[in-house]
Amino acid sequence: MKEQSTENRVRKTGHREQVFFMCLLFSVFCLLDFPVIASEKWPGVDETVVEKVAEEHGRKASVPLINTDQGDLLLFLFLLGGAVGGFLAGYCWKTIITKRK
Amino acid sequence: MQKLKFGVLVFSLVTVCSLLFNVSAVYAMHISEGILPFNWALLWYVIAVPFVALGLSNLKKYSSVDLSFKPLVGLMAAVVFIISCMPVPVPTAGTCSHPCGTGISGILLGPTISILITAVALLIQALFLAHGGLSTWGADIVSMGVMGSFAGFLTFKLLRSIKVNMAVSGFIAGLLADWATYITTSIELASGIRGDSPFMPIFWKILIAFIPTQLPLGILEGVMTGGIVVLLYKKRPDLLIKMRVLRPEEAT
Repeated sequence: MKEQSTENRVRKTGHREQVFFMCLLFSVFCLLDFPVIASEKWPGVDETVVEKVAEEHGRKASVPLINTDQGDLLLFLFLLGGAVGGFLAGYCWKTIITKRK
Repeated sequence: MQKLKFGVLVFSLVTVCSLLFNVSAVYAMHISEGILPFNWALLWYVIAVPFVALGLSNLKKYSSVDLSFKPLVGLMAAVVFIISCMPVPVPTAGTCSHPCGTGISGILLGPTISILITAVALLIQALFLAHGGLSTWGADIVSMGVMGSFAGFLTFKLLRSIKVNMAVSGFIAGLLADWATYITTSIELASGIRGDSPFMPIFWKILIAFIPTQLPLGILEGVMTGGIVVLLYKKRPDLLIKMRVLRPEEAT
């Protein structure tokens, strides 16, 4: 009986830690990304380095073959890519880990 | 089982949220479409093609021998794709860039298969995510795929051969894979855009411009690489032995 209640206590503590960790991670991401919504800060290095130096030497970036950088389309495609990639990674990880068992 | 579900949930949540909240256009280190002159773009394609072909040949060979190889390839393909799309803001520099992931895949899959999955990830990004370009696909494969994968793989092997700890070996391999990628990008860019100007001043100018962002990002990549290698060592040491990342006596 005592062992069962200790086990339940440990399980609840572990669950609380998991929830806390998830909230912390979520908050960190929100804090990191929030300034991006507010302004045009945080440019990528291809804008600040690659394209800048190339332009100084007479080379300009051209429009991609399939120009998805229109409105929110690019955001949607990144979200889709991230979701598919995340699902694939999680599924393959599960297959690798459970295969041993 | 609970920990596993938790891990999958966190990973998916982090991936989706980081994309949801990033409403600005995403930029990366890939060389953008049209920047390299035709002859230089062609040269990098010529260099990249044999490595990609070798990767395809090795993938077919290993897949037919061992079925557990395929989930690992799937995992690494997803990891490289996501990591190389993921813009990380670097507060010290005020800019964003992304890690590469090719150090991890080079260690776990070998450099040639890592080059193949990098090529696929870069192609998807060039076609659909305005990330890199088709004309610069060869150059991006050479920098991120070839140099990143080989730098990570060789560094890890060398450090393990002199009995350096698994986590430290993974960390340094990831770090050098990241830096090797950007040094190669600097070489590709400097050689392509210099025209009649001398090579070295432009090369140093580009490399120094990358440093504030890539120095801390290389460290982040090192931490990720070391972390994934150690995690797989704890969960599936047998798989690491099969992939020749570990010797059998090292797993005990």
